[in-house]
Amino acid sequence: MMSNQRKRLNGEREEDDEEDAEGIGEWERAYVDDRSWEALQEDESGLLRPIDNSAIYHAQYRRRLRILSAAAAGTRIQKGLIRYLYIVIDFSRAAAETDFRPSRMAIMAKHVEAFIREFFDQNPLSQIGLVSIKNGVAHTLTDLGGSPESHIQALMGKLEALGDSSLQNALELVHEHLNQVPSYGHREVLILYSALCTCDPGDIMETIQKCKKSKLRCSVIGLSAEMFICKHLCQETGGLYSVAVDEVHLKDLLLEHAPPPPAIAEFAVANLIKMGFPQRAAEGSMAICSCHKDVKIGAGYTCPRCKARVCELPTECTICGLTLVSSPHLARSYHHLFPIAPFDEVPTLSSLNDSRRKLGKCCFGCQQSLLGAGNKQGACVTCRNCKHYFCLDCDIYIHESLHNCPGCESIRRPKSVSLMEE
Amino acid sequence: MASVASKLYSDDVSLLVLLLDTNPFFWSTTSIKFSQFLSHVLAFLNAVLGLNQLNQVVVIATGYSSCDYIYDSSLTPNGNFESSGSGMPALFGSLLEKLEDFAAKDEELSKEEEHEDRIASSLLSGSLSMALCYIQRVFRSGHLHPQPRILCLQGSPDGPEQYVAVMNSIFSAQRLMVPIDSCYIGTQNSAFLQQASYITGGVHHTPKQLDGLFQYLTTIFATDLHSRGFVQLPKPVGVDFRASCFCHKKTIDMGYICSVCLSIFCEHHKKCSTCGSVFGQSKLDDVSSVSNKKRKAPDT
Repeated sequence: MMSNQRKRLNGEREEDDEEDAEGIGEWERAYVDDRSWEALQEDESGLLRPIDNSAIYHAQYRRRLRILSAAAAGTRIQKGLIRYLYIVIDFSRAAAETDFRPSRMAIMAKHVEAFIREFFDQNPLSQIGLVSIKNGVAHTLTDLGGSPESHIQALMGKLEALGDSSLQNALELVHEHLNQVPSYGHREVLILYSALCTCDPGDIMETIQKCKKSKLRCSVIGLSAEMFICKHLCQETGGLYSVAVDEVHLKDLLLEHAPPPPAIAEFAVANLIKMGFPQRAAEGSMAICSCHKDVKIGAGYTCPRCKARVCELPTECTICGLTLVSSPHLARSYHHLFPIAPFDEVPTLSSLNDSRRKLGKCCFGCQQSLLGAGNKQGACVTCRNCKHYFCLDCDIYIHESLHNCPGCESIRRPKSVSLMEE
Repeated sequence: MASVASKLYSDDVSLLVLLLDTNPFFWSTTSIKFSQFLSHVLAFLNAVLGLNQLNQVVVIATGYSSCDYIYDSSLTPNGNFESSGSGMPALFGSLLEKLEDFAAKDEELSKEEEHEDRIASSLLSGSLSMALCYIQRVFRSGHLHPQPRILCLQGSPDGPEQYVAVMNSIFSAQRLMVPIDSCYIGTQNSAFLQQASYITGGVHHTPKQLDGLFQYLTTIFATDLHSRGFVQLPKPVGVDFRASCFCHKKTIDMGYICSVCLSIFCEHHKKCSTCGSVFGQSKLDDVSSVSNKKRKAPDT
């Protein structure tokens, strides 16, 4: 209390209280991190109001959607649905830098874990492998596999940053692994690079050409600055290069790689893959499980070809090698094949037309009122097929998570040949 | 996807979104009349609202040609008793009015469609999507909100053309951690509803005696999510996750999948009937491929 009075007598006001933590009172500590006065703006009449984040968020989202749909341009782009992805993480000494709190390694590990879960959620038939670069040598942390837990465990096992980073060694190792992958699979590499240089034993340009010939699509996410060699690698192999400016941006950039990328047209081979759809074993049946080599009772699946018991799906039968999936796993990828068209923005100055009568007052999806301040029409969007109106939040939810337009699904379509019938 | 902890309001406050099947083609073939069914349902809704003062109920009607919101308990602040001036107050008066209007409009729209031989399916995917949008709005409203769940009261059979849309809704519900319960009152089995309840962690049940429907509803479907841990509910039995092939529609346990469009076939084909890709042929000469190069024998 004494120190507070001293400060007031001096007439000093310390903005940055972080070095002087003992000298501030309890109530002041609450304002050290949360400067709520900075989130205020003045509106037209000079009154205070908080910054409207939702409009900015929605504008960003619509910009993203416009870029994506411009790229698609009405044609159906073939997407790589069965992906074999290697994640290469740079654990050289540059990863111990603390410009990302607490350190680049910890942030990379945290976001890669979230990415792995999201990846298997969107691509259930795909497989991931992990490679780390330490001391100039690339090590395989995990082989290609379809179970998220084993990868996350291996990743969080030992987090330490040592030595130099070598891009060529990583590419050579990944190239060797991915050459053994069947031809219908899409081969991808995602490199999280924090160093500013690479110490290679040979000619990295040759390695890049080798990767290009093997149809490896390499993408890089840089954590420090843009590098020519990464940009060249991505351009040659058709991947994406981006550099993260902060933690939130890094997470967004990583999650951009979760949905399936467009397939490289000349290299896309169509193949018929033999797969099994196992039935659930009866409750109370006993069998020796082929993944744990232990007796298990009850829940599990029986491979239709060799009758071995497996614990979870999707997986490859350890005895006969048949890929085992269930129909919901295939169904998870269907929304990539049948995307819904983006909604159109409704111009807000149409208040004089009779379109206001047809507008209705509520969002069709969530029944939230579409009227903004003063009973004027607020911002909303409309579907070009069913002509219903939706609020901005439903727009984002429908396109990012639900992948169904409620309006289009609530109309009975005339009987036409439907592509997907089960 | 937000964590569950930040969404807790109070342990047992729930938001129930009821999807009511009003398909006239189904209701003309049942033993129980729609008005009797409705009396069971209204008593059940009253029971849910009576369990906790903060419980909310939303009813969406699944029709043959359209879907619409019928009732929202948070919009009637005076409770469900509305007096029409004189006489007895009408219970759920607004619900019944809106349901009548909806049924009339649905019938209008259905006249324009041609009728099929078998009982036609209702638009389950539409009402599921609307329910999920409403629940997403509840999640957006902040930390204090009830725990939502969806209950499908369905009798119409599954419409195969809705498979992709229904699966999309199921996966979205799974991500939001919203269980989809289903009470199937029709004659055939509904694979969609069984899968929905299994994947999202809800309860699926087919009541045997429809004149005791209220008992089934209150004992199985009225418990809130927190209390379900202490109550014995029907377990999922025999959910069949096998796929059916696109060529013959028969259920298979081993098949071939097109790597481009994931269509399922029971036997080897030269060309995919869905996406038109020819199998085993690459547009560029594949030097590194190990398998044989003959076009006529695509190998997996």
